[in-house]
Formats: sequence, structure tokens, C-alpha cells
Amino acid sequence: MADTLDTVITEGKALPLGPYPRIVTKDFEVPGIDRIEVYRQHGGYAALAKALRDIPPDTLAEEVKKSGLRGRGGAGFATGVKWGFLPKTAPKPRYLAVNCDESEPGTFKDRMIMEVSPHLLVEGTILAAYATHVHHAFIYVRGELAFAGRQVERAVREAYDAGLIGKDILGSGFDLDVTVARGAGAYICGEESALMESLEGKRGYPRLKPPFPAVVGLYGGPTVINNAETVSTLPAIVTLGADAYTAYGTEKSKGTRIFCLSGHVERPGNYELPLGTPMRVLIEDFGGGVRGGKRLKAIIPGGSSTPFLLPEHLDTPLDFESVAAAGSMLGSGGVIVLDEDTCIVAAVLRMSEFYRDESCGKCTPCREGTFWLVQLLERLEHGEGKASDLDLLNDICDNIAGKVFCPLGDAATSSIVSSIKLFRDEYLHHVRAHGCLVGPGARKH
Amino acid sequence: MISDDVKASMRAICAEYPTAQSGMLRCLHLAQETEGYITPAGMRAVAAATGARLDEVESVITFYTMFHREPVGAHVIKVCTSISCYLRGCDDVLAHLEARLGVRRGETTPDGKYTLKTIECLAACGMAPALQVNDEFVENVTTASADALLARLERGEGVAGLGGNWNLDNTHTTGNGAGASSDAARAGARGGKAL
Repeated sequence: MADTLDTVITEGKALPLGPYPRIVTKDFEVPGIDRIEVYRQHGGYAALAKALRDIPPDTLAEEVKKSGLRGRGGAGFATGVKWGFLPKTAPKPRYLAVNCDESEPGTFKDRMIMEVSPHLLVEGTILAAYATHVHHAFIYVRGELAFAGRQVERAVREAYDAGLIGKDILGSGFDLDVTVARGAGAYICGEESALMESLEGKRGYPRLKPPFPAVVGLYGGPTVINNAETVSTLPAIVTLGADAYTAYGTEKSKGTRIFCLSGHVERPGNYELPLGTPMRVLIEDFGGGVRGGKRLKAIIPGGSSTPFLLPEHLDTPLDFESVAAAGSMLGSGGVIVLDEDTCIVAAVLRMSEFYRDESCGKCTPCREGTFWLVQLLERLEHGEGKASDLDLLNDICDNIAGKVFCPLGDAATSSIVSSIKLFRDEYLHHVRAHGCLVGPGARKH
Repeated sequence: MISDDVKASMRAICAEYPTAQSGMLRCLHLAQETEGYITPAGMRAVAAATGARLDEVESVITFYTMFHREPVGAHVIKVCTSISCYLRGCDDVLAHLEARLGVRRGETTPDGKYTLKTIECLAACGMAPALQVNDEFVENVTTASADALLARLERGEGVAGLGGNWNLDNTHTTGNGAGASSDAARAGARGGKAL
């Protein structure tokens, strides 16, 4: 166990330290880490063995609460607290669903975990199930991610064969079955209640909440739903201990997370960094800055469902509180960079088409509203809009956000409302000049 | 054809869950892999395995975009058009493929070889623009590499193993501070291959 940051040793292997340690992805370059033998040679499943031997489930849950781990899917809710919502006793079995339905535009970390190190995901799944007294866990893999799905399926098979899943795991008396389920093309199924509907073999319509899944979830039983990266962080928390883990990050946003950097940067990619790392460090030092030496125009810090930020926000620390204070959300960690030649109306139109296509159609404001938003943005982008369209866009957004079953509605409005606020003149230029301010469709008059 | 073996596999899938209907999506995937698209026979087999009514099966098929309700080309090319791919030129790639194949998005070539589609964010934003051929990834696509891709498919070669160009070696040298970025950070692609 680590006393100080300088001496963190896990199973004989020093963690790469310095200001930017890798905790979750530390072994991702190791060739063959997707196979159980190699994963175990690098300390894999040691955290599980330690937990089953030395840490009672409730103590483990308490340790995770102490670690301050917050969900990496987008909402950022404290994982240990979420587990605490499970009722102590219930007439029906309780379940765990691991959400690997990664499809938030700008986000590509869960796919990497599944493809590169699926056993990390599986070990984390077993730990989460153990801590929450679950005996049947589901790993719901997005349908389009066929290779990732095969990697997870094989890892689960290998873990069964090694006695790490199944009856009486490692002689502990703990039983667990793990079933790998597959989606089939529906962004909405990343929303936890829609995911449960999909797992039950139905259309992925969100459920009305409350009751929350912790009380009435899969098959009517109490259900924990955790993101893939969230559970993949659990082995490190067990190995390091909550105290060492909380040495990284900020007071309220503990540990590291995988930031997905995309768009107009020199080196897009996944970068695991401590929460609270300034956005400038991610974009400039790790990402190599804006591509082609161009100037930065805007940043979407947490996937396409989060509001725009401006170059003046570059020094914002990437933690939940600081990004919220700057006017956006840390979301799924998908940091999208837009350069000076990007037409903001065209970019917003593209993101809005996504929400129109992915609205499940259950709630009228979202189903009809997202369609209407796209029509208005299209006519603005093509120089046929009116100044009053901006008020109309805001009005429609106001009638979607908070007035539907699930967060997709709010998500659909984020880029529109924030861009009208931050780039109002560029919208109005489209009205005046009947064309874009910048980019291929630019027209000056 | 949905053989007795396939039907047995469907029943085995459904047995993994507390309720048989939970096997629905995996059974539909299996039916589609077997016959190329969801046929009436495929739907009936899935209904039988899951215990769902035929109209319930149909309601699920129509909700999820991956299920084809009619025959598709031997190679289904799906080009991601979401924001990160958009910012890195997916529209050019798509237009190029439309021109090369002589079809519009959503259409199948008359010889039945290719179906060209668009798709929402594929979780490949760091390797944008990205596309899939029959669910296997091709990343960092340019119009030139799109030509190489079509040549490869014409030669009868698949694309499995080309995807997953994860940049994993992202500067985690000890204590170098904010200036830690290096050539290593640039070079560290792993897992994927060029066309």
C-alpha cells in the first residue's frame, strides 16, 4: 500500500507517476493484455483476489464511497452513494448492469477499454457485483462495437474458465454469473432506464422516474447501473486504497479519468489525466494544440450534449465543479475542439441532426422539437433564416429541456442555447449576408 | 435459412437471462448474420425462442437501426457523420464514396456488392473520420484511403484488424510536467494498421 505519491507500488510494479499518472490505462500498451494470462502477469485479478480474501462487501462499498469515485458515463454521480440507494432487503433479486453503450458524440474511451483491456472491465464488473451483493451482472455492449463485444465475450469466457466468474469464486463463497448483452443501434439505450428496457428485449424507451433503478430496475429488482470506465477504475481503487486514489484529482472530483480529445487538434486521442488538469494542458500539451496552427474558436468539454466554451475558458480545470462554473458540463469527458474556420451554425446543425435521429419518439416535445430545431437551423445555415428564428430556437429548447422523460431532451438543446448566447453575431450574419461568416460557405454581404 | 442448429443457439441465448425475451436483440443479430437480413422466417424463429409475439419482435426490429428489413449489399459501408468526424472531413469521404460507387447514401449498388449508409458517432472520434465495413472499423479515412479500401474489397480482402488505432503512449513520462508531450506521444499508435 502506498504511503506517499512517490512510492506507489502495485504488485511489484511502480505506477507511472509524475503529475500525469495513469491508473486505469497503465498497462494498455502491453501486448496481449487482452488475454487472461498476460493480464494476470501484470497484476490482473489481484485486486479481486484481495477483495474476496480481505475486504467484506460492505467495507469495499464504503472504500469506494471514500475514494470519491464519480460515474464516468456523463452524470458524474458518486458511485458509492449510488450503490447506497439499494434497499437492504427486497423480495426480488438485485442486478448489476455495466453500461458499455458508448455513443455520445466525441466519446471513445469505453470502446478502447473493451478492445484493449477487456479483463480490466470484467474484473471491475466482478468487484462492483461483489460490493453490491449482486449475483447476476450484465455487460451491455453497444451493437455497432462488434470487435469490442467479441473481446468482452471472450474475456468473460476466459474468466469463467479460470474460476473468476461462476460458483464460489476463488473459494470465497461468492457466486456470480455475467452475461454479455448487445445493443443494436440506439443512442437512447445509454440512458439507464432505456438500457434496462433494451436488456429486457424491448424497444429502448426510457422509464418514468421515480422509481429509480436502485429500487425498481431490471426485472423489477433493485439494480445498479455503472459506466464501463467507472467499473474499470475499481481494481485500481482496491489495489491502491481509497486514500492513495484520492491523492489525485481535486477535492470534489477525485482521481483520474480518460479524456477523449477530438476535432481540430494535432493529436486527437484518449488521455488519462487527473481530474482538475487544466483544459489547456490537455489541448495544447497532450493534443499538440489546434491543428495547422489555427486559432481556437470553441470547445465542447463533455461530449456533444454539453454547452460550448470559449478560448477564454482554456485554463478551466477539467473537474466537474470548475467546468460547471464556466457554464458547461464535464459530461462524458469528450473534449471536442473547433478551430477558427468552423461555421458554428453548421456545427450546431450537425449535432442537432444527431438528436433528431436519436430521439426515441416517446415524448412529444423531444420527438417534434428536435425535428423542428433542425429545420430552423437548416434554413439559417443556408442563408434563408430570419433574426426571429433565434428566439424561436430558444423557445423550442425551453419547451424540450426538463419537460421530457430522459436527459436526451436537455442534451439536444445544450449546443443550440449556448451557441446562440456565445455566437449570436455569427447567427445574425447568416441572416444578413445569406451565408456563413467563415468556412466554405462564407459570404461577406 | 434458419436451421435447427440456429434455433437451438437462440434458445441457448435466451436461457442466459432471467426472462427469455431478454435474448431478443442477440437472437435478432444471429438471425441477421445467418440470412443477411431479418426475414419473416427469422422473425418467427426469434418469436419462438423469446416467447414474444410476432408484432413485439417487429416493434423491436423497427426501433433499432442495425436490423435490415430487406437484403443489403455484400459490403455494408457505414460512414460516421457525427460532429468529430464532421470536423475532420467525413462529408468529403462520403461524397467521394457516393461518386465512386454511383449510389447515394442509403442505397445499394445494382450488382448487390455495396450498400452505402451513414451512421451516428461510432466512438472513433480520435481516429476521425471513421467508417465501418460490415461492422469492422476503418479509421483516419481520406479520399485516397477510401480508394484503397474499395480496391481492397474488390480483391476480396476484408478489413478486420484495421481498426483500433489507439494512441496509447500519451506522454506519461515521470515528472516532465506540462511540457511532457513528445514524439513518443505522436507515434504511439497500436493495434491498427494502415490500408
